[in-house]
Amino acid sequence: MSEAPAAPRTVSAEPTGTSLLLTPPQPRSGWRLLPARVVAMCAVELQKLRHDRTELYTRAIQPALWLLIFGQTFTRIKAIPTGGIPYIDYLAPGIIAQSAMFIAIFYGIQIIWERDAGILNKLLVTPTPRSALITGKAFAAGVKSLIQAVVVIVIAAILGVSLTWNPLKLLGVGLAVVLASAFFSCLSMSIAGIVLSRDRLMGIGQAITMPLFFGSNALYPVAIMPGWLQVVSKINPLSYQVDALRGLLLGTPAHLGLDFGVLAVAAALGITAASSLLGRLAR
Amino acid sequence: MTTDTTAVACTGLSYSFGETKAVDGLDLSVGEGEVFGLLGPNGAGKTTAIRCITTLLPVPAGMVRVFGHDTGKDRMAVRRLLGYVPQQLSADSGLTGRENVELFARVFDVPRRERAARVAEALEVVDLADAADRLAGTYSGGMVRRLELAQALVSAPRLLILDEPTIGLDPIARTGVWDQINAVREATGMTVLVTTHYMDEADQHCDRVGLMHRGRIRALGTPTELRRGLAERQGGDALPTLEDVFRDVAGSGLDDRSGGFRDVRSTRRTANRVG
Repeated sequence: MSEAPAAPRTVSAEPTGTSLLLTPPQPRSGWRLLPARVVAMCAVELQKLRHDRTELYTRAIQPALWLLIFGQTFTRIKAIPTGGIPYIDYLAPGIIAQSAMFIAIFYGIQIIWERDAGILNKLLVTPTPRSALITGKAFAAGVKSLIQAVVVIVIAAILGVSLTWNPLKLLGVGLAVVLASAFFSCLSMSIAGIVLSRDRLMGIGQAITMPLFFGSNALYPVAIMPGWLQVVSKINPLSYQVDALRGLLLGTPAHLGLDFGVLAVAAALGITAASSLLGRLAR
Repeated sequence: MTTDTTAVACTGLSYSFGETKAVDGLDLSVGEGEVFGLLGPNGAGKTTAIRCITTLLPVPAGMVRVFGHDTGKDRMAVRRLLGYVPQQLSADSGLTGRENVELFARVFDVPRRERAARVAEALEVVDLADAADRLAGTYSGGMVRRLELAQALVSAPRLLILDEPTIGLDPIARTGVWDQINAVREATGMTVLVTTHYMDEADQHCDRVGLMHRGRIRALGTPTELRRGLAERQGGDALPTLEDVFRDVAGSGLDDRSGGFRDVRSTRRTANRVG
């Protein structure tokens, strides 16, 4: 019975100018569906940014202040062991990761807003599997974070941080930012699927953002942390992102294979969790 | 009975939220090409029924079929046949009208070579071609509803589902939305399933209506059949209105089950945004 045809039906009257709207498009199937949905979601994100760049500018203020005030002050103090590089250089990859995470971690609020506005339900009634919808949103968060990362890299370069301009390494930086943002956005969307309300999610978002940031190697090396914080840092994907960014941008010793492996697995687990909880938002 | 020309067939459809039975053994058959109105107050179960038909809520196999496809087993096939306009004003205000429609062209796999033309046609059909490149946030309530219609039409659906499409609109905008729905239906022959609170609209525009109360269809037929039926039961010369029929079926007393907090908030928010 499920083989009933989806053929074009009889048309009682065909006014001029609606010929295309009488023919259903040929469905994509198999592996081609996922990239198509990811591109659709990323396109929306870029279109929104094109219409309103306010968020891009306002979100650049905080990382600029971190680098300008915290970075320059701690460079003078020389209190944190950085392996021989100026502290502001050491800090820059951490701030890139932080600003990308801050964008992604509030994606859950966006999905709850989309639920309340009816946009989510409308997307869920399209031929888009939930995992493809979440993957699309995760990569859209990655694209938005990537643009933010470019802004922070430019600010860091202006402040005199010596970064690499090797295109291959910059590509690696982009990949690390996208994978980590995919994870953090999925973490946020998973929590959204559990708490179901914007107010609760805002509280939880703020409660987890700071521990994720301070419990990573973004500001200081893992070696100087107390033992319990080192454990937190070990299970915190932000640490692996910062390690990869530092290795690629500054040439410091890094574990790139492990870093990208952890980020890829974290993103995949995040997508799985958020997809399985998405149904709760549709009810 | 389900036939090849049955657009929607619900057989004993039931759905509960915890202890609350929102839909309680709904039997419904919507024929291909008809405009079917599902009427009832908040909490009657019509939005839940719509959510089951659109695959938003999971139901066991055998309860709902859309053009022969079982929503419990073949969700993706069902979704390809649907155009859905939810109760809320669901266009993305941060995108232009054209970009809003383009998103739905993309997620329904409209190939790139015909995407722009198809999007332009959908906008033309709902009279939004001139406003297509304005942000949807600048549209009036009636324009947003027409934009949502364009989003639903861009994939050439066989079944158009509209949940309270005219809620909160002024009478002129309501007429405008119905004119668009009727024109599209006439041009494409598509089936339209619509929920509404407005009995006068249902009377005027629906081929058949189902009056829902407490999760079940309490009366089913053409508006005229239902009104005549009540007139025969009551006697008297004047033909009752559809609202009289509804009051007869559902009673006029206050009902504690009439819509949850979220339903009412959603309805008011939509009404505020368009009003």
